[in-house]
Amino acid sequence: MVKFDIFKHELVPKARILSKEEVENLKKTYGIRKEQLPWIRKNDPMCKALGAKPGDVIMIIRKSEIAGEAIAYRYVVPW
Amino acid sequence: MIMSLEGLIKSIGSIKFEILSPDTIRKMSVANIVTADTYDEDGLPIDGGLMDRRLGTIEPGQKCQTCGNRIGQCPGHFGHIELARPVIHAGFAKLIYLILKTTCWNCGRILLSKEDYEKYRRLMEKYKQKWPQLRYKLAERIIKKAKLQKCPYCDKEQYKIKFEKPTTYYEERPEGTIKLTPSEVRARLERIPDEDVELLGLDPKSARPEWMVLTVLPVPPPVVRPSITLETGIRSEDDLTHKLVDIIRINERLKENINAGAPQLIIEDLWELLQYHVTTYFNNETSGIPPARHRSGRPLRTLTQRLKGKEGRFRSNLSGKRVDFSARTVISPDPFLSINEVGVPIEIAKVLTIPERVTKMNIEEMRRLVENGPDVHPGANYIIRPDGRRIDLRFPKDRKAIANSLDVGYIVERHIRDGDIVLFNRQPSLHRMSIMAHKVRVLPYKTFRLNLCVCPPYNADFDGDEMNLHVPQSEEARAEALILMLVQEQILSPRYGGPIIGAIQDYITGAYLLTKKDTLLTREEASQLLIAAGYEGDLPPPAIKEPKELWTGKQLVSLFLPKDLNYTGKASICNKCDVCKKEQCPYDAYVVIRNGVLISGVLDKKSIGAGQPESLLHRIVKDYGTDVAREFMDKAFRLFLAYIDSRGFSLGIDEEELPKEAKEMIREVIREAEENTMKLIEMYNEGLLECLPGRTLEETLETKIMQVLEDAREKAGEIASKYLKSSNSALIMAKTGARGSLMNLAHMVACVGQQSIRGERVTRGYLNRTLPHFKPGDLGAKAHGFVYSSYKDRLNPVEFFFHAMGGREGLVDTAVRTSQSGYMQRRLINALQDLRVEYDGTVRLPNGSIVQFKYGDDGVDPSKSYHGKTVNVDKIIEEVLNK
Repeated sequence: MVKFDIFKHELVPKARILSKEEVENLKKTYGIRKEQLPWIRKNDPMCKALGAKPGDVIMIIRKSEIAGEAIAYRYVVPW
Repeated sequence: MIMSLEGLIKSIGSIKFEILSPDTIRKMSVANIVTADTYDEDGLPIDGGLMDRRLGTIEPGQKCQTCGNRIGQCPGHFGHIELARPVIHAGFAKLIYLILKTTCWNCGRILLSKEDYEKYRRLMEKYKQKWPQLRYKLAERIIKKAKLQKCPYCDKEQYKIKFEKPTTYYEERPEGTIKLTPSEVRARLERIPDEDVELLGLDPKSARPEWMVLTVLPVPPPVVRPSITLETGIRSEDDLTHKLVDIIRINERLKENINAGAPQLIIEDLWELLQYHVTTYFNNETSGIPPARHRSGRPLRTLTQRLKGKEGRFRSNLSGKRVDFSARTVISPDPFLSINEVGVPIEIAKVLTIPERVTKMNIEEMRRLVENGPDVHPGANYIIRPDGRRIDLRFPKDRKAIANSLDVGYIVERHIRDGDIVLFNRQPSLHRMSIMAHKVRVLPYKTFRLNLCVCPPYNADFDGDEMNLHVPQSEEARAEALILMLVQEQILSPRYGGPIIGAIQDYITGAYLLTKKDTLLTREEASQLLIAAGYEGDLPPPAIKEPKELWTGKQLVSLFLPKDLNYTGKASICNKCDVCKKEQCPYDAYVVIRNGVLISGVLDKKSIGAGQPESLLHRIVKDYGTDVAREFMDKAFRLFLAYIDSRGFSLGIDEEELPKEAKEMIREVIREAEENTMKLIEMYNEGLLECLPGRTLEETLETKIMQVLEDAREKAGEIASKYLKSSNSALIMAKTGARGSLMNLAHMVACVGQQSIRGERVTRGYLNRTLPHFKPGDLGAKAHGFVYSSYKDRLNPVEFFFHAMGGREGLVDTAVRTSQSGYMQRRLINALQDLRVEYDGTVRLPNGSIVQFKYGDDGVDPSKSYHGKTVNVDKIIEEVLNK
């Protein structure tokens, strides 16, 4: 099967896995534990494409008509 | 007699639900209930009966045998029934089925291979640490996976289990299908080891699976199932008591039969009956079994029915508590009130109170109020002394003495009066503007009065609507209401960036008539209008000096506009010409305001109407604040009403008269349409009609005919509006947007047009025809609900019938839509009610978990935005150009 790079599609937002320090920073800025972020399943196409494992935090950069860029974070969970 | 609850009030840290184990039930119990009766002949509770005195007293004057408290203080105590044979708890039946399916019938282990078992054990341990919430998902996966045919631990063959709702299980053994008794089910569940229970998603400490099969039944105390004594002296028991009586009666019979060694068949029958009674005791609407009925034939209201639904404990008694300091009555309009005000009848004002602390500053006034007492309007109903004693001012004869004894530190519960802040609400409360804060105006008569401009947010009219009023009791509550909820603070709707409060109906007509080019007023007229509007100041120099001093309506309106306001926009009456002539618009539809002076254009719905974004009103609210906007609405809007009052404005069907030539033209248009329909039908009959993509030939014909007839009606309407005089009242209202549309007008004067049912022409009725007046198979316009007449021409009986069919559909639709959207709204609110925007801009749940990282992903408040956008470029350009 030819693998399709989902990030080349214009409707798919950019995303990347956060490093350990970045995660720590994020936890500090919002004053939360990782589980308090919105969740994303590890078999979500986005996680698969990024190679994210349960416990990772991914950062999603969406285009927004008004704000220009909207940044969201997702906590990867198994299942 | 006020008992202090201080020190007794605790806050709930967390809630955990468990399954009651038989031991817990016995430990909770104060009495074993064995008698199916309640009272003996003397009317005394029978010991061991359902009204056993140990369960807590419900009769006044008696002490509880268990806790020694009297009625009111005794919380009631549970008893229990020892069931002769176990029964399935119907609420857990599905779960029991899943557990039976996934475990070995012999040794109770989960039917997983040893490797899988180890894998899932480790996973479960890991999940417990890292993702406790996902444990149930894992359990689901295990239940799906555990399907081994042979138990890996005891090598026993496994059989298929069948579940029959609500409480029966069968096992398909090679020798035949056998029914599993609840005892057998319970025995199997008991065999499951604790470790395996955990893998099934249950906590063995608080929910052992065998507890789902009842061996002991708790009996709730009489306080939750009180009997009522009727006037005739006959006792009537609660539904729950009835059900418990049934359970005990069958239970005792079953016990006797077992002890007497009765045949298996009889025992099984009784056992099943006991199962039925216990199942309906929990839920009398269990599917698959007939509901237990009262002697009168009414189904019993058992435990589930008490809690569930609109009339259940939650929605009716907990979320729907009734409140003090509230009032409800019919509403009526009062254009002389400010939009911030609400008219309150004196009678209501004398009942609703506000507690006011007596200080050095207000003591004289408070004395006066106390002296007036509860029956004279600015009065008071109660005094609370510093020691907490309450004095009712209804009874003492000498209120003067009480008034004089008033001192600093007392609290006077005084009547509400002009200027007090109250909350005003109309159901259904669909958005935040359904409850707004108003300032009280105490008025005579018996209805709540409100300014017409606040009708749109409440969605109120005056055909008998009622509204509720609530009086905040604390200073904080009043401050919050005043600053956040006051009507003027709600002018801009968060739904779309525009004012939801604004001119409606007569206000719009009045504004149009006043600002029309040919409206000229004499000095007397102008003064009269300005006084009505509350204008204080000099008349501006007249627009026309000779031969008589005359003022234009635009001049008067300009007096109420902010002095540095600049605005351009199109009016609702705009004809949408191909090339806009702007200021030179022949219809005066181009509104220009420069430095607070209305230079050209008429004011109508587009400029001052409710719910119009980017309008003059919107600009005033946004640029000058809510105070200025409120004043504009209170003063200028009153000017519009004053003008329409003095000018007069009326409408009658006799006025909707068209000249002969227009009528002729309309008739011609309709005749043409009819001809075209006939042509289409002919083409269809000859097979010349070509199918539209995705449609059958018949559908194609239908859509084409619909199109032709629709065009005809539109054309007729256009002709009608062209030939009606511009002074026609209905036309003015339609064009300015005050009320009705050009279509309504066309219905009145030209042609009502095609009646449709479910978006199609009328097709149902008789075999192959709609009515016996037509030949079978007639496809013509007339036979399928086209109404040639206008309302003014009167409809013939056939047309009238089709019109009624179409009208009926509209009514049914609205009825269905409201109930559906109501339910949708309810579920949406239930899902969203606990979300909140924190100070860091994130949207979070109460436990701190994040839902959105920025409110709406952009943090924009729609009511402060320009139609969803953060900046209005057009406006900025205009401002710069004007400088």
